[in-house]
This record gives sequence, C-alpha cells and structure tokens, in this order.
Amino acid sequence: MAVTKEFLKAEREQSWRVDIRGLMKNKDRTGLARVHMGEVNPDERILSNIEVNKGLEADEAVNEARRCLDCPDPTCISGCPVEINIPKFIKRIEQNEFLEAAKVLKETSALPAVCGRVCPQEKQCEAKCFYQLKLKKEPVAIGHLERFAADFERESGKMSVPDVAAGNGIKVGVIGSGPAGLTFAGDMAKLGYDVTVFEALHEIGGVLKYGIPEFRLPNQIVDVEIDILRKMGVKFENNFIVGRTANIEDLKEEGYQAFFTGSGAGLPRFMNIPGENYIGILSSNEYLTRVNLMDAANPKTDTPVVSGKNVAVIGGGNTAMDSVRTAKRLGADRAMIIYRRSMDEMPARVEEIKHAQEEGIEFLNLCNPVEYFADETGRVNRMKVQKMELGEPDSSGRRRPVPMEGSEYDIDVDTVVVSVGVSPNPLIPNSLPQLETTKWGTIVVDEEKLQSSIPEMFAGGDIVRGGATVILAMGDGRNAAASMHTYLQEKLNS
Amino acid sequence: MNEIIEKEFFSENVVRLEIKAPRIAKARRAGHFVIVKVGETGERIPLTIASANPHKGTITLVIQRVGVSSRRIAELNVGDEITDLVGPLGEATHIENFGTVLACGGGVGVAPLLPIVEALKKAGNKVITVIAARNKDLIILEDQIKEYSDEVIVMTDDGSYGEKGLVTDAMEKVLQREKVDLSVVIGPAIMMKFAALTTRKYEVPTYASLNTIMVDGTGMCGACRITVGGKTKFVCIDGPEFDAHQVDFDEMLLRLGGYKEIEKQAEQEYLQTKEKK
Ligand SMILES: Cc1cc2nc3c(=O)[nH]c(=O)nc-3n(C[C@H](O)[C@H](O)[C@H](O)COP(=O)(O)OP(=O)(O)OC[C@H]3O[C@@H](n4cnc5c(N)ncnc54)[C@H](O)[C@@H]3O)c2cc1C
Ligand SMILES: Cc1cc2nc3c(=O)[nH]c(=O)nc-3n(C[C@H](O)[C@H](O)[C@H](O)COP(=O)(O)OP(=O)(O)OC[C@H]3O[C@@H](n4cnc5c(N)ncnc54)[C@H](O)[C@@H]3O)c2cc1C
Ligand code: SF4
Ligand code: SF4
Ligand code: FES
Repeated sequence: MAVTKEFLKAEREQSWRVDIRGLMKNKDRTGLARVHMGEVNPDERILSNIEVNKGLEADEAVNEARRCLDCPDPTCISGCPVEINIPKFIKRIEQNEFLEAAKVLKETSALPAVCGRVCPQEKQCEAKCFYQLKLKKEPVAIGHLERFAADFERESGKMSVPDVAAGNGIKVGVIGSGPAGLTFAGDMAKLGYDVTVFEALHEIGGVLKYGIPEFRLPNQIVDVEIDILRKMGVKFENNFIVGRTANIEDLKEEGYQAFFTGSGAGLPRFMNIPGENYIGILSSNEYLTRVNLMDAANPKTDTPVVSGKNVAVIGGGNTAMDSVRTAKRLGADRAMIIYRRSMDEMPARVEEIKHAQEEGIEFLNLCNPVEYFADETGRVNRMKVQKMELGEPDSSGRRRPVPMEGSEYDIDVDTVVVSVGVSPNPLIPNSLPQLETTKWGTIVVDEEKLQSSIPEMFAGGDIVRGGATVILAMGDGRNAAASMHTYLQEKLNS
Repeated sequence: MNEIIEKEFFSENVVRLEIKAPRIAKARRAGHFVIVKVGETGERIPLTIASANPHKGTITLVIQRVGVSSRRIAELNVGDEITDLVGPLGEATHIENFGTVLACGGGVGVAPLLPIVEALKKAGNKVITVIAARNKDLIILEDQIKEYSDEVIVMTDDGSYGEKGLVTDAMEKVLQREKVDLSVVIGPAIMMKFAALTTRKYEVPTYASLNTIMVDGTGMCGACRITVGGKTKFVCIDGPEFDAHQVDFDEMLLRLGGYKEIEKQAEQEYLQTKEKK
C-alpha cells in the first residue's frame, strides 16, 4: 500500500490543513525550540521498573506540533517503514483533535503506542525531517508526538475498535504473537477472516512482553492492543507450539487455509570462549525473560533470578542496554557495558544510551571478553578482557574491531549477561523440510508478497530479517496480510 | 483446559497425575517432556511425559516433590486445572531393535524411563531394567516396569527392599554376565555420571536423559546448556538425551546448583506460609 505523492498532496489541500498552516508563519514555526519529554530522575527510577519517559502534556504536544512545517514534500514519511502520514497526524495535534490524530496513526500502524516508544526515530522518520536535512536543526519530535496521540486515545477510554468486515469463514493461522503476528492478525480480522494466533509461551506479545522491559514499554500498553484484537474476533491460543503441539498438516486438516509465520529470532548466541558455561553467565534472553516474563525480581513469584553486584553485559544493542539497565534496577553496584566497537558504532537507540549513562552505567568500549574464571562452586568471579582498536570497515560498513596484542586485563564480576545477537527460531523450518531457508536459518520469502516457497505459508518479521525492529516486523505483517488476501481470493475464484 | 482427572501417591513425595491434554497426548513420543506452570506467579518447570493415552486424550506425569514448584503441582487435586502446560518438547528417543538393552532409573528417574522401556520392549529388544532408590518407599512404578522388562533388578541404598547397593553395582553384575548392546540411564546427575563411567569400561554405548534447569524449554534462553563432546548444547532442543560418555557431568552438576540458595530459602518461606494457613 504505497502512499502516492498525489494522494498526499490531495490530503494536504484539505481545507482544515490549509487553515492550520495559515495560523503561523514558517519563520515563527522554525524559531520554536524542540520540546523535551519529562523523565523520572535517574536516582529515583533505578529503584523500580517505573517508565522512564513521562510522555508529553497536551500543551507541550501542541507546541511541538506547531514546529512541523507540513512540508509540500514530506520527506519524513519516506523514513518511516510503514509510511505513517506524519504531517497529517501532527497537524491534527496542532488542531487539538487528538483522537483524530490517533486515527491517522491507525491508518497504517497497528501499535502506535508501542512504536512511539521503541522506534529508533533518530535513524528513521526524524532523520528524514526537513529540520534535520535542510535546516540542520533538531527534527520535529515525531516519536514523542506519536506516543502522545496514542496514549491520549487509550487514556480517553474512547479507543475505537476498527470496523471488521462480515466473516468470510476462511480460517487462517498465525504462528507467533510478536508485532509481526499481531499486526497480521489485526489486518486479516478487518478483512473478515477467522484468525487464530498460536503462541509458544504462556503470554501473548513476543519480544514486547518477554524482552523489552517495563521501564521502556509497560506491559499494560501491549495488553490493551491485544484486547482490541480480541474484540475484533482474533482468537489466541497460548502454550501452543506449532510444529510440536500440532504441526501444519494437522492444522490444515482442521480447516486452516493459509499461515503467517512471525516466529521471531529468539535463539541466543554465545561467544564460545573458555568458561562461558559457569554459573552466573547467562544470555540476555534468559535474564530478561526471568525478569520481564516471569517477574522474577518480585518476591511473590517462584522464579529466581541472580542479581549480582558487579554485572557485565556483553554487547551494544538494545538488548544489551535493556539488560544492563535491568541489572542496575536489581541492585548492581557496578553495571557495565562491554562493547567491542566505540560509542559511535553502538546499534542501540540513542535515547537508551543516554538514559543508561544518566543511570550510572559504565561503558567499557573497544573491549572484548576472552575468558571467564570461577570460584570452587563454579560461580563466575572474574573475566579477562582484551582491548580493541578500529580497523577497516567490514561488510556492514562499520569499522572492524581488531584485538590489541598484550592489552588483556581482568575485571571482577559476579554476573555476566551475554547479548551478542540472536538467531532465527528453527522450529518452523525444522518441521517443514520443503520450506526454503537461507544459510542463516531465516525463511526465504518473495520480497513484495512475503510468500515463502510453500504457497500457503507467508512469513515476516525477525524470522525473515534476522534481528530487526518492531516497526519493520509490523510492516511485514501488514504487507503479508494484503498479499495473503489476494492469494486466497484468487484461489477461491479460480 | 489441562484438567487433572486422576491422582495417586506412589510415596509421600512422589505423585502421579493424569491430565487432560488431547493434543499433547496425540503428538508425544517416548522421551518427550512438557513445561508446566502452576498459578499466575508460578515457575515454568520441565516434567517428562511418563505415559499417554491418545484415545482418552490424557498424559501422565510423575512428580517428585523437591522444592516449591514441584510441591505446587503435587498439591493439585482431581478437578483442578494446571494453569499452563506446553509440549511435547525435546527430541524423542531413538528407538530400534538394538538387541540387549540395560535400562537404569534412579529415584524419580524411573518415571521418564518407563516410556522408553516400553518402546524398547515393543521394538523387540531384550530389556533388563535396574530401578534404584534410597529406600523401599522411594521405589516407584515397579509393576509397570516389570510389564515391559525381561528382567528387573531392584536396588536400595539401605537394603530395605531388593538388593542393597547402588545402581552401578547392579549394572556391573549384568555387564559382566552378558553382552549388552545399549544402555539408557536416567536419574540424578551424580548417578548418571557414575553409570556412564561404568558402561564406558565395558564400551557399551549409553544414553543419559539430562534434567537441567530450564525456563522456556524451546531453545530461547540457554539456561539448560551443557557441554557434550566439548560443544555447548541446549538440553531442551538438542536433548534431553545425549551420549552419556561425552557429557561433562561435573559442569552439569555445578550448573544445577546455580539457584540452590535462593531455592532453599524460597522453600522454607513457602512451608512457613503454609503452616500459618
Ligand atoms: C531486549 C530487546 C529489546 C529490543 N528493543 C527494540 C527497540 O527498542 N526498538 C525496536 O524497534 N526493536 C527492538 N527490539 C527488536 C524487536 O523487538 C524485534 O525486531 C521484534 O519484536 C520482532 O518481531 P516478530 O513479530 O518478528 O517476533 P517476536 O517479537 O520475536 O515474536 C515471535 C513470537 O513467536 C513465538 N514463537 C516462535 N516459534 C513459535 C512456534 N513454533 N509456535 C508458536 N509460537 C512461536 C515466540 O515465542 C515469540 O513470542 C528489541 C529486541 C529485544 C530482544
Ligand atoms: C527434561 C526434564 C525432565 C524432567 N522430568 C521430571 C519428572 O518426570 N519428574 C520429576 O519429578 N522431575 C523431573 N524433572 C526435574 C524437575 O524439573 C525439577 O525437579 C523441578 O524443576 C524442581 O523444581 P522445584 O521448584 O520444585 O525445586 P527447586 O526449588 O528448583 O529445587 C529444589 C532442589 O532440587 C534440585 N533440582 C532443581 N532442579 C533439578 C533438576 N532439574 N534435577 C535434579 N535436581 C534438581 C535443586 O538443586 C534443589 O536442591 C525433569 C527435568 C528435566 C530437565
Ligand atoms: S512508526 Fe516509527 S518510524 Fe514511523 S513515524 Fe512512528 S516513530 Fe517514526
Ligand atoms: S519533514 Fe519534518 S517538518 Fe516536514 S512535514 Fe515532516 S515532520 Fe513536518
Ligand atoms: S530451557 Fe531455555 S533454552 Fe533450553
């Protein structure tokens, strides 16, 4: 569903947009300073899981919305993987029509309250804002505004349940309840399909639930979205592993006509260095799952979690940042990031790095673990690290870290969280030998249709892309729904 | 969902539950396990499917009470529902006619051994089974094991039943007496370690079913990882059965103790709050 220039232009010429543009001169608009979202102060927030960002007040949001120039060529849209009509929703905010703004978001994004919080805006929409590109000024705070509109709608209690077409009785199955699966399910339900989402874990939401911590994305926000899907008629089966509890053939016999796999890239990687299996060394998935999904830090739950005083987290992505900030909240005196490149190459969202720094996280950059040591009970107590320097750029375009001979030194640690990447979940490929996969284990799909080598199987999100982002997973869910719809209708009419 | 339809005590601390779970009953093979969680705040723990009845749509679990979570399950009664039950998980046991098989189960390890013994017998093997426990009260499933074994040797540490001695004593006797083609051992890690050392002397291929700590049971966390032949493996997806002669049991024993202190404390608190009620 590509957004055409003509369509955007026609929208921009609507009288309400023309009126609101006329309210202020562009010069006055560009003179305004970017709003800064309130945050809970670091000393206080590390004592609990309270959300760090407080969100914008209505007047702050309107002020920020005034900065947007409603550009004739809104380059920001090209930076958004789902092409949200950014100026349109922002002008609705300026107009004080917050519920209308939320509706604009919902035209293309199924989970705006989530994306407003976790999108790497500085690399996407905001990177393409006119302010950033041409004026060399801070971009319009698109992410903050998106969150504001979505939160306003939710808190107003007037959340609209999207219109659902009359049921067509066609059963489709969704494997995995992460952002890809949820978005797909919502779109198919709107088209009148009978949709069931199968989820291996006991909770619905994928990484949004078991991975991203409460202090960044409260579970309740995800639950509200899931509730809406339920109201639209989507069925959820948790504790159901497709390929195990039942396989695709069984489900076909039960009447499912087509499937969407959004099973994610959830397998942790380790570095395979000596001592890595000592007690106290765990994957970020295990650490975050214990704390987020099992609520292990809460004394009322049965699941235990180790919470060390000297915690080293290996890696520089969002997962590493979430782990290290979790460690701080579990009472670590020293919570360290150990990353083999420099601050500039760090893949985590800029905001998370900033928040981590404010919270007293130490960054040991250009540094890589080489070995772990343990006490007589097998519990890790020390690690050897090696310094690195940056050499030539590698295939990813980032400068390759090169170990410096003789630079090794030891650090005392009692907990190590390994967060050096994830691999695709092999369950679905393994249970379907005819399914074409890459050498990395991701599912091969047609780029546009997201159809796999098995015609009735579509796929998207991390299982196709490897570890990517929430918004890309959602975009895939949306595109897959559109092309599965075409596929099923053609099949039916032939 | 997951309703308990039968409950039986094998001993004070070992209980058998038959649970309605039609899909799992249909899909499971010998060697598979499930992950169970009781209550909203419960922990996810792995339990072997001891047997299943696809016609009735039920699976049977045998649970030994060792800590908080196993107690919570053992305390459920007929009519109760298990909050979360997922499976079948793990790789199924490779079954064929090997010839003579020496199967050994220690403690509650006899429960996961039962479906394997049954499958081996049905595949035409001569099955010699050793079941062992600390004392008479802890010997479980003797009759069921007998049904599918050509010979059963019962061992107790204190001699209160069967012969006095360890699993490995009985194993030695059999291995000296006749040619064994395969051995399967399931029980506490320490027992499996010594059982593996015993069969290694006689160069008998041996499988051990490992019971590591797990969280998700689907390969997502790595809590269950162990070293086999120098390589890291995940018990939940690569196992739970491995070549016992390649497993680093010492590392596994250390890792099993990873949460011991927290668990002990949790159990004490649990028992105290129960007393208050
Ligand atoms: C800690 C962490 C922080 C992150 N932070 C950000 C961020 O700030 N911004 C951002 O954009 N992205 C972030 N990401 C990445 C983002 O979360 C993922 O790209 C996104 O969730 C992928 O969505 P998905 O729908 O493909 O899969 P997932 O969210 O991984 O969901 C897949 C689901 O499928 C289930 N499943 C797998 N196999 C089966 C099966 N056989 N049967 C049934 N169910 C199955 C899994 O249990 C899981 O629930 C982060 C990731 C992590 C781990
Ligand atoms: C694949 C698999 C299959 C299993 N099948 C069965 C089964 O059929 N029946 C059964 O009763 N148990 C089985 N177990 C073991 C069972 O999962 C554990 O006993 C249970 O997780 C303990 O939880 P808890 O909270 O009650 O005890 P905890 O409080 O966690 O532990 C109490 C004590 O038991 C020890 N312990 C903890 N976990 C294990 C373990 N996995 N093995 C041995 N000792 C442990 C601890 O070190 C501690 O000393 C299996 C384990 C695996 C991995
Ligand atoms: S979805 Fe993400 S990229 Fe798109 S506009 Fe919103 S914050 Fe920007
Ligand atoms: S590029 Fe920036 S200023 Fe222009 S419409 Fe988009 S957000 Fe507004
Ligand atoms: S239990 Fe999590 S990977 Fe095996």
